[in-house]
Amino acid sequence: MSNHSAANPTRLVQVRTKILKQNDVAARRLRQRFRDHNVFVVSLVSSPGSGKTMFLEQTLASMRQRGHRVAALVGDLATENDAARLARAEVPVRQITTGTVCHLEAEMVENALDGWTLEELDYLFIENVGNLVCPATYDLGESLRLVLFSTTEGEDKPLKYPTIFNTADIAVITKMDLAEVVEFDAVTAHKHIHAVRPGMDILEVSAKSGTQMERWFHRLETQRNASMTDPT
Amino acid sequence: MSIIDIACEESRTRGDARVIAVHLKIGRMSGVVSEALLSAFELAREDTLLAAAELKIEDMPVRVHCPQCGCEQLADSIQCLCCSVCGTLSPEITQGCELEVVAMELEPMEVV
Repeated sequence: MSNHSAANPTRLVQVRTKILKQNDVAARRLRQRFRDHNVFVVSLVSSPGSGKTMFLEQTLASMRQRGHRVAALVGDLATENDAARLARAEVPVRQITTGTVCHLEAEMVENALDGWTLEELDYLFIENVGNLVCPATYDLGESLRLVLFSTTEGEDKPLKYPTIFNTADIAVITKMDLAEVVEFDAVTAHKHIHAVRPGMDILEVSAKSGTQMERWFHRLETQRNASMTDPT
Repeated sequence: MSIIDIACEESRTRGDARVIAVHLKIGRMSGVVSEALLSAFELAREDTLLAAAELKIEDMPVRVHCPQCGCEQLADSIQCLCCSVCGTLSPEITQGCELEVVAMELEPMEVV
């Protein structure tokens, strides 16, 4: 260990640097690029198996049918299965295989956009790796962050992962078609969401039966229009 | 790892000083668990300028602006963002998301 002699005095220097500064800088760069090209970017985070891919598949197909130009980036540790599923919506999809990294970072998104013409897009969806911990701290330059959890996961998910709920803009409760079977208590779930993020918007959907999906598409359109007229 | 990158850069700009300690602020809402960070740091610091450095972590509890009290208050917990004094739900976090290197203890290299 160190020698604290008079000849080698220890100095305390102020630094004040954010540990994720590099990611924040890349995310700012991305946000500006998206803004310059009027691309509305939505990221999705959830635990594995919450129904992110199904929700996104329906969203991509329907938004395309509504006349929007949409594309998706999908993060996965090892497989390209999700990209293959999403490609069924007949929109451009790219896989980001993260290897051992359990979350997406802004620079991965930047690299994945290589060769894509952003002018040709209205919406870009980024599906994060299934994980409710690490993705919370990484800004990807998105305009809207969705945290999804399914009725089969239990009502207390927000209390177990408060940070991710706190960084998201909308909580989406998925698999509402199973709510009755699994005795999902929506009132308690809402209470928990609002305890960790007071006032948070909540959508209760079923991508399978289509419940409230229309409302979600409409919400996307409204928010994109609002962001385009927002001077800030 | 970014903490090591930040500290090495800082040390280099100050004449390759030896890093004795790195002071961090870690908010309870940052998503980082101090114990996990400390054990990861043990491994990551090997063969760097920080090989003998210590992490000194200041744990930052969550504070919110309480609309009812009209001032900053401690939140109940990260599971309940309500004012610990009056219980009002308070969405505006004023402290507790920190993930920062705030200072470093440096020692000049011995001249041989």
